[in-house]
Amino acid sequence: MNFTLKIWRQANPKDKGRFEIYKIENISPDASFLEMLDILNEKLIREGKDPVAFDHDCREGICGMCSLYINGRPHGPDDDVTTCQLHMRKFKDGETITIEPWRAAAFPVVKDLIVDRNAFDKILQAGGFISVNTGSAPDANAIPIPSHIAEEAFDAAACIGCGACVAACKNSSAMLFVAAKVSHLALLPQGRIEAAKRVKAMIAKMDELGFGSCTNTGACEAECPKNISIAHIARLNREFLCANIKE
Amino acid sequence: MTTINARIPEGPIDKKWTQFKSTCKLVSPANKTKLDIIVVGTGLAGASAAASLGELGYNVKVFCYQDSPRRAHSIAAQGGINAAKNYQNDGDSVYRLFLDTLKGGDYRSREANVYRLAEISNQIIDHCVAQGVPFARDYAGYLDNRSFGGAQVSRTFYARGQTGQQLLLGAYGSLNRQIKEGKVKLYQRRDVLNIVIVNGKARGIIARNLVTGEIERYSAHAVVLASGGYGNVYYLSTNAMGSNATVIWQAYKKGAWFANPCFTQIHPTCIPVHGDYQSKLTLMSESLRNDGRIWVPKDIEDARKLQRGEIKANDIPEEKRDYYLERRYPAFGNLVPRDIASRAAKERCDAGYGVNNTGLAVFLDFSDAIKRLGKEEIERRYGNLFQMYEKITAENPYETPMMIYPAVHYTMGGLWVDYHLMSNIPGLFVIGEANFSDHGANRLGASALMQGLADGYFILPYTIGHYLADMVKEPRIDTKTNEFEQTSKEVVDRIDQLISIKGTEPVDYYHKKLGKIMWDNVGMSRTEQSLTEAIKVIKEIKQEFWKNVKIPGKIDEYNAELEKAWRVADFIELGELIAIDALHRRESCGGHFREESQTEDGEAKRNDQEFAYVAAWEYQGKDKEPLLNKEDLIFNEVQLVQRNYK
Repeated sequence: MNFTLKIWRQANPKDKGRFEIYKIENISPDASFLEMLDILNEKLIREGKDPVAFDHDCREGICGMCSLYINGRPHGPDDDVTTCQLHMRKFKDGETITIEPWRAAAFPVVKDLIVDRNAFDKILQAGGFISVNTGSAPDANAIPIPSHIAEEAFDAAACIGCGACVAACKNSSAMLFVAAKVSHLALLPQGRIEAAKRVKAMIAKMDELGFGSCTNTGACEAECPKNISIAHIARLNREFLCANIKE
Repeated sequence: MTTINARIPEGPIDKKWTQFKSTCKLVSPANKTKLDIIVVGTGLAGASAAASLGELGYNVKVFCYQDSPRRAHSIAAQGGINAAKNYQNDGDSVYRLFLDTLKGGDYRSREANVYRLAEISNQIIDHCVAQGVPFARDYAGYLDNRSFGGAQVSRTFYARGQTGQQLLLGAYGSLNRQIKEGKVKLYQRRDVLNIVIVNGKARGIIARNLVTGEIERYSAHAVVLASGGYGNVYYLSTNAMGSNATVIWQAYKKGAWFANPCFTQIHPTCIPVHGDYQSKLTLMSESLRNDGRIWVPKDIEDARKLQRGEIKANDIPEEKRDYYLERRYPAFGNLVPRDIASRAAKERCDAGYGVNNTGLAVFLDFSDAIKRLGKEEIERRYGNLFQMYEKITAENPYETPMMIYPAVHYTMGGLWVDYHLMSNIPGLFVIGEANFSDHGANRLGASALMQGLADGYFILPYTIGHYLADMVKEPRIDTKTNEFEQTSKEVVDRIDQLISIKGTEPVDYYHKKLGKIMWDNVGMSRTEQSLTEAIKVIKEIKQEFWKNVKIPGKIDEYNAELEKAWRVADFIELGELIAIDALHRRESCGGHFREESQTEDGEAKRNDQEFAYVAAWEYQGKDKEPLLNKEDLIFNEVQLVQRNYK
């Protein structure tokens, strides 16, 4: 397969950035999207040019490090996958593919397609945990948890922190990301104790870091590679409201 | 040769750890605040250690190369974590988990370490549940278990096919809490390129800031390496792209012993290689062997037709399928340990029975399980794995059997540590996959998560305290001292040397070359001849690399090729040591299969008389043969017998 690639190049955070066009040929339909970029980079290196910088690590869809805004969609045209699991068979031969970084004020560009998602860590540091010290836990079966609750908590906990929700949102809102953690922990009895404190701390941090507001467009849910439901945003709103009423 | 003292406590095996905990030295809360600890890596071992040490009151600095601690490759572990809870009432116990792990490792691990691991396993589950890890539960709300290879009980706790992710996010949560408390300081996007030794003790590290290229120095009272395994020496593996051996390799070159490097695990159920542009291999969890049956055609003609694409799996009737694991190992069937399942797949494919176009794949078939349990139940158990398989291969495993083949997955070898998880360099601790300690020559499924968390949550916090009790009077040291200057200069010089080669071939060219010789000659099956040749070829690759590698860009900026170049330079050197170790170990054990040493029916044949020891290699200088130190393995609890899963 042959492709024309229109890729965002930006040397550093201060650089203005621009699109550059590259041609690439003889790509196997079974190659992954990132393997296609590997092939491009090998070519660029041999030509003495600067390879395209992009984030990636596990390449099996779970670490959340890969990003890329492909043809106007976070993680590209296939549903329920991250970019590393997107394969070239999902594109048409001869197609022009546009590749951009996540665009959000809270995720500044580091270089080319790499952005700084440290803001996500900061939100979780504000309270996205259960405060239990190592060694103090009771027996694991001491508190039975109905299996459907554990499953629902899992659905939320499956978030990989990639940032696609923020990239997809016209307001660059981080609500789905925050909701996933709040919901995961609020559903479990272990997490209830700190629920009110947690939700307030995380929302405050989210606002402070420059993410936009949620206007319920549902774009985040549509583009989430792990299918996190916006029902968790509803739970987040409820938790937040209750936490403030209690005060 | 140095006499090795592993500092194993006296007393009966089930009292050793209790004895140690009751008598080890302690550091008072006030003194803990005066002590600094560096932790390299934020996977299960690193994150759990950093969080627990922070809780205790130490000042922790933690480093990862990714943009966030949550990305560490523990996140990709799928199947589960073992513990001897015996919630299933099926006869499990700490002693049985200990025996299974020791036997699974083909009797090449330390009894005392393995027993401690089994003993701690239950506490790990308790702690993770308290952190909010959403383990699978039955309809009454109690924790569910599944079976894994090498065990006849169900002791594996799981969170769908994403157990590693959930456990890591639990540890990351605890880490975040300590970051908020100010007890842990996080340094992300850093490659730790060397350790700094002052007066014989590990006192710091040199790191490269991957965004700015700056070379940074950090000092502490102790250094903990939790940087993971070295499977990427083989180029194609199930490791993450950035997984590397750099800090353990550089520590080796500073005097830390490297133990049993040839013990590498080839995992039996991975998606087969499909092209030469491929960058990594994807694992399909061992848990699939609970319900999936592995087979190839009985008739070689059928295999040939499959290879040519003339027929499909479903065209082959039941009576013409060879469920070779069930045939050869009736007692364990599809749940034999990984090394055995991998070799059996290779044996069938080498004999011509492979089922895909390359002839290097076998079927993993769920049709019986779907008939028995229904599609919905299979989807509940393995849904994410089936989806992943379909995304990669464009085939639907609910309808046609999966195709799988072994791939490099885990490394049992690593830096040598004693019972305290301290290397032979005082103050240098090594935990998780980066050390060699608990899995012998073959790791059982669902034991890596157990070991990483046991080391980080429950062992290191005690043993490092014992060491630090004597460091209380040592003041913090300045990073401008000679030792830091010297090591920092070594790092800068090596980077300058790499960037100034300006050759013609990119880094990956050499990495692929290295991977090929490692897989062909130091892979699932090894001989005197293949290993001798590998050593020769690796030396050539090394020479060529340092003459002709091409690294674009500058050193003081984000430069992914420069990062890779440093890592691959280390992999090349480590690859040679793996081959040297494999050549010297003239026996087969676990994942290390020497063709010269096998039983009549092709099973691995150990040589306990000569090789019941840990091979701890000591660096002797550039281009010099490493020195072999031996730690004899003494077995009091078990009689050494040939492993039997028949």
